[in-house]
This record gives sequence, structure tokens and C-alpha cells, in this order.
Amino acid sequence: MPSRCETTTARSRFLPWAPLLTLGIMVGPVVAGVLGTLVPAFGYLPALGSDSFGLNAFVLLFDWPGVTRASVLSVTTGVAATALSLLLVTLICAAWSGSRAFRIIERMLSPLLSVPHAAAAFGLAFLIAPSGWIARATSPWLTGWDRPPDLLILQDPLGLSLIAGLVVKEVPFLLLMTLAALTQIRTTQTRDTALALGYPPVTAWFKTVFPRVYAQIRLPVYAVLAFSMTVVDVSLILGPTTPSTLSVQILKWMNDPDLSLRFLGSAAAVWQLALVIGTLILWRLAEVAIARLGRLWVTSGTRGGATRSIKALSLTAAILSASAIVFGILGLLVWSFAGFWSFPDLLPGGFTTRTWMRHAMNLWPVITETLIIASVSTLIALLLTLACLEAEERHGLKPSSRALWLLYVPLIVPQIAFLTGLQTLAIFTGIDGNRTAVIAVHVIFVLPYVFLSLADPFRAWDSRYGHVARALGAGCDGVLWRVRLPMLLRPILTAAAVGFAVSIGQFLPTLLAGAGRVQTLTTEAVALASGGDRRVIAVYALSQTAAAFLPFAVAVFVPDIVWRNRRGLRHA
Amino acid sequence: MPDPGLTLDGVVIRRDGRTLVDISDHVAPGEVLTVMGPSGSGKSTLLSYIIGTLDPGFEVTGRVILNSTDITDLAPEARQVGILFQDELLFPHLSVGENLAFGLRARVKGRAERMRRIEAALDEIGLGGFFHRDPETLSGGQKARVALMRMLLSGPKMLLLDEPFSRLDTERRDKIRALVFEQARAKGLPVLLVTHDHADADAAGGRVHRLE
Repeated sequence: MPSRCETTTARSRFLPWAPLLTLGIMVGPVVAGVLGTLVPAFGYLPALGSDSFGLNAFVLLFDWPGVTRASVLSVTTGVAATALSLLLVTLICAAWSGSRAFRIIERMLSPLLSVPHAAAAFGLAFLIAPSGWIARATSPWLTGWDRPPDLLILQDPLGLSLIAGLVVKEVPFLLLMTLAALTQIRTTQTRDTALALGYPPVTAWFKTVFPRVYAQIRLPVYAVLAFSMTVVDVSLILGPTTPSTLSVQILKWMNDPDLSLRFLGSAAAVWQLALVIGTLILWRLAEVAIARLGRLWVTSGTRGGATRSIKALSLTAAILSASAIVFGILGLLVWSFAGFWSFPDLLPGGFTTRTWMRHAMNLWPVITETLIIASVSTLIALLLTLACLEAEERHGLKPSSRALWLLYVPLIVPQIAFLTGLQTLAIFTGIDGNRTAVIAVHVIFVLPYVFLSLADPFRAWDSRYGHVARALGAGCDGVLWRVRLPMLLRPILTAAAVGFAVSIGQFLPTLLAGAGRVQTLTTEAVALASGGDRRVIAVYALSQTAAAFLPFAVAVFVPDIVWRNRRGLRHA
Repeated sequence: MPDPGLTLDGVVIRRDGRTLVDISDHVAPGEVLTVMGPSGSGKSTLLSYIIGTLDPGFEVTGRVILNSTDITDLAPEARQVGILFQDELLFPHLSVGENLAFGLRARVKGRAERMRRIEAALDEIGLGGFFHRDPETLSGGQKARVALMRMLLSGPKMLLLDEPFSRLDTERRDKIRALVFEQARAKGLPVLLVTHDHADADAAGGRVHRLE
């Protein structure tokens, strides 16, 4: 809106370019990375002495005995995790939105969201493993076990535990996105109308609200699908091993000292990208089919029922999903302080700080590195986001819905497909393996989340405050720094916390951009997975969780302290 | 030739070919011109145009002249046009006193002097000792007085009133309205009032321009 903002200073001349720069920072590396994957996949990599195109790498890939199994696993685990998460989220919203239980669920979201994937996966593993808490709680009185049973629960060949690990983390994310969509479209009236026409609440929600909500959360759903199909860290912890999912196998090839395996790795990454694209297309077709069936269902006039059982079912599932994270973290906590702990005792024989003490020395530099990377990448993302939003305000550069798609590019194009290419490019240009490279790559993933988190509150700000301030003599910068940003302190800190948590949780980007030389809490924790020392894993996973959670606490409490005498801003 | 007051010289505002506002008028110092029209008739558009925050999507012709100065192309912060909206819009992150300090021109220098001026202003609107109060804890009438004083401290050369204080109850509203007009007359400021409420127009007592 307000034109007539000066564009004479260097900073104000930069502003109109901010959206373009931001898009470049997010989309540029993805494009470069995909190219860097494609070209060696087809045999061209002069640095390794190959300068002719060919399909050799693909022949090798499809000769690999595990290729079918790994590909099928990638699709089945990804689709199952996404479908289950979406189903659970829609059932919760349909049965409970507007109720008091729903507000409790809303309040639990941020802490659940902040738990990094790896930590949640470890927590879940500690619960469901044959010697985990669930087995201990039911042994021997129920199960008759007096030693851990010889069952393949973790890393089961069907990927069921992997699916479970993904669902518990994707449910909070999809729920958050759904809540944002629900506030944008006024749903109460629609639902009340349907109620008055004799539809029970759940049917009313699915017939009138869901179609519009889904249109709004489609992109996040695609992001969840692509992520679930290609996740590496969760799969290393919970996923099957012989063979592993395709993305894990790609990582192995890319990290192999035998550099010629890079051709194979790149070909597999291209194949993985093709799988994701194919699955997304199938998902889209399923959307169309379900929409057609849904239309028949809506016009059939059937009122349906079963509200009570759906309410019970969805709440149980939601509690189960949240408990898996909460008790998982609790389990990590107990393990990290556990002394001798024999099966099937529910708690260790004694508690000790020995594990923490022994690893404190190694932990500190890793924590520092993690926090530096997260702080810098979040700060960069925050500045770019604010510059974009302010440019939108001053110069009317409002992004079209197509530009919103671009925001999701780094979230939908699988990390494994373009980071491997970026790594290949980086190695041969010599810019990999340091902190700067890791920060640069983190920004790609932190930016979309910071933008999505801050855009709505920033745009929803009552612009008349700005008009008043300008009429009182403040310039555009004055309005921004003296009025708008202070008033938006809470959403800005929340967006920063989200960005921080995203950065902390990054595994593959840190590993590949850092060439294994930059160690963060996440890379260290995941690296410990194969070792199987539960106490050490617990120490690292908990540190990771704490690092991701603290900024959320700051985002809640700092505004409360700063604005303790400002009622108008306390519960914004 | 000095021509004190506000002149709207052939102001026509269109959007998508439709004429929203068409007005030519002169408001003398201390005089009140009321612009009336139903909601959606372009009243707020006219105000945005005069304070300089109109969306570029509008097509506008005409000039706004304030005390012989053409302010049509000035930045909003350079126009010295005071505005009061329907809501008080006190900055929620600042105390009552800081809100007034935001309005008080920087040419009043020195912490002590600025403080003295703000305390005096608070006394003037019957809110002595309210400097550190959270604006959100004030009553509607008190907020309205702070908003008025914040605007007056910025030294405006005219007042724009956008259905001011329509959220207040009738009695408070009458008082605040009287206070505003009294201040405007005392300082010799031209006033443009937009409203859809006849009571506002009657209280203003001046000429009425109707928008369709």
C-alpha cells in the first residue's frame, strides 16, 4: 500500500528486490542441485574422468538386487504415513473443532512440533523396542517374558515402525496447517447451517468444511508425502535395513570412499525423484477420484452418524500419537540418567549423572556449533522474510498463488535428490565441508517455514496504526521499526523459534553440505543410532530436543515479560 | 496571496471507472465541513487521499491545498494532517505518555522539556499522572482524549475525523466531540468530518457535503 516511501537510501533501494532475492535463495540451489544430480546420473562428470553421456549408472542401479524392494518401501511407507496422518488430522478436526478438548490439543501443538524428527524417532524406538518401556510395563505379568523377546519390532522389513515414527511427527505439522486454513475460511457458519439441516457434526464437517480446507492444505500434504518417502534420519533409526529405504541407500553410495559409486548414487537419486513425482501424480489423481465420490456422497443427502464413535476413535488416536512423543522424550530422560537397568524392571535400579558427565566435554562444542548454525540461518531467513513482507506492503509486490508454490519447492523436491547434486557441485568447486556451506543450505529449508509462520500475522496487522503514525510525522522506516515490529514481537519470535527448530532438526543437509566435518547434535545423535548405546543416544537426543524447544519457550515468555504492562499485546 | 484553510480543488477519485468522490470546496480555519454518505460511498477513500495513504489502484485528479501549500504530492508524514479514526488506535506497545511522545514533534528538545510538555498535555485532558499507564487499561472516553491529544501534539494544520468515537456511548461522545471542535476552533484548524450519523453533522453545525 502506502506508496510515497522514499527509495533513496541504499536499504530502501534494496527493498523492492527482496522478494526476487529470496526466491533465488530458495529455488536457485534446488535447481542447481537437481542439475548436479541429473548430469552425473547420465554419466557426465569430467572430474571423475567421465565426459560422455550414457545410461550405465541406471543399468547398475536396476541390477542392484535391492532396487525393487527399496523403491516399493519408499512408496508404501511414504503414502501410508501421509494418508494416516491426514486421516487422523481430519478426524480430529471434524469431531472436535470448537470444543474445549480441541483448544487443549492446539496448545500442545508447538511443543510437539518443536521436537526434532530424530529425537522423536529415538523416543519411539525406546518405547516399542522388545526391551522398551511398553514391553517392560507388560512383562512378565501379561506377556510372560522375563527377557526381551526376539522380535523384529524396530526396523521391521515392512517399515511399520518407520511409518509410526513419521505419523507422530507429521500429525502436529498437518494439524497446524489445518488450523491456519480453518481460521482463514469461516467454518462455524457453514457447519451450523449443515447442523440445522439435520447433519450430525462429523458428517457436516466432512461435507461442508473439508473440501475447502483440503484445497488450502494441499501443498503441505504434498510436502509431507515427499518428505516421508525420502526421509533419511528417521529411516536410519526406525526403518528396515536389508534393504533399507532408497534414500538411505543413496546416502551410503554417495558417502562411499569409492568415488565411482557417485554415478550410481546420482542415478538412484534421479530414480527417487521420479518415484516422488510419480507418487505425487497418483496422489493427485486419487484426490480427483475421491472428490468425485465425495460429490456423490454430499448430494446423496445421507445424514450419516457415528459421531460418538468417531469422536472416541479420533481422540484416542490423537492421545496415542501425542503420548508416543511425550513418553518417548520421558524415556530418553530416564535412559540418560539410568544406572543398571535390567529387564523387565519398569525403572532403572538407580539414577546417575555419569553418562552426562562423561559426554559433557564432547557435547559442548557440538551444542555450540548447532546453535551458531541455527541462529545465523534463522536470522538470515527472518531478515529476508521481513524484507519481502515489507516490500509487499510498500511496493505492492504481493506474491501470486503461483509464487506460493515456489515457497514449497524446497519442501517438495526431495532433499536427497538435490542435496546430492549440490554436494557434487560443492566438492568440485571446493566450497563444501565448512560451517558457511551448512548455514547456506539450512537457510533454504528455514526460509519457507519462517515465511509461512510470519506472513499471516504480518499481513493481518491493522494498517491504520501505520496511517496514524505517518500522520503523526513518522516515515516508512519509523512506522516499521517503532510501531509495526514491536507490535509484532510475539509472531516474530514464534517464527524465529520455528526456523530455529527446523535448522536444529536438519540431518541430510548438515551431513552433505558439511561433508561429514560439521557436527551438530542431529548428525551426532543419528550417527550413534547404529552403536546402540541407549544412554549416550538419550543424552544427544535430549540435548537436541532441548535446543529446539528452548526458543519456543522464549517466544512464549519474552513477550509476556516485555509486555507485562501492556494488556493489548499479552495474549495476541 | 495567503489563503488560510483547506482547499479541495476539483478532487475526483475513481476506481474501475466508477466515480467514488467528486468534491471541490474550501474549509476556513476553525470551520467544520461534514461529508456524509452511506458506508461504501467513498468517505474513507477521501480521507486516505488527503492523508496520503491512498492505494495506487485509484485514479485521482485534483489538488489538495493547505494554507496555500500544495500537499497533494507530499509524503504522509510531511503533510501535517491530523487524523482521528473510529477507533483510538493508541499504540498498544507504548505507555500513555509514550503515545503522546510519539506525537510530540522532535523540535521540542530535551528530555525534561518533552516530559513537561507531555505532563501538561495529560493535565489538560484530565489525565494527570497517567504517563506510565497501559493504554489498554483506560476507559473508552479516556482513550479518545489521549488519541486527540496525541494528534494535537504533532502540530497538525488541519483535522480529519473519520466517524470519530462512534464506539463511545452517546453522552461521552457528545463531550469528546465538543472537546475536539473547541480545540480546533481555539487553534484555528480547518476540520473535515466524515460520518453517516446525523448527530455528528448536527453537532458540527457547519456545511454538509453529501456523497452518493
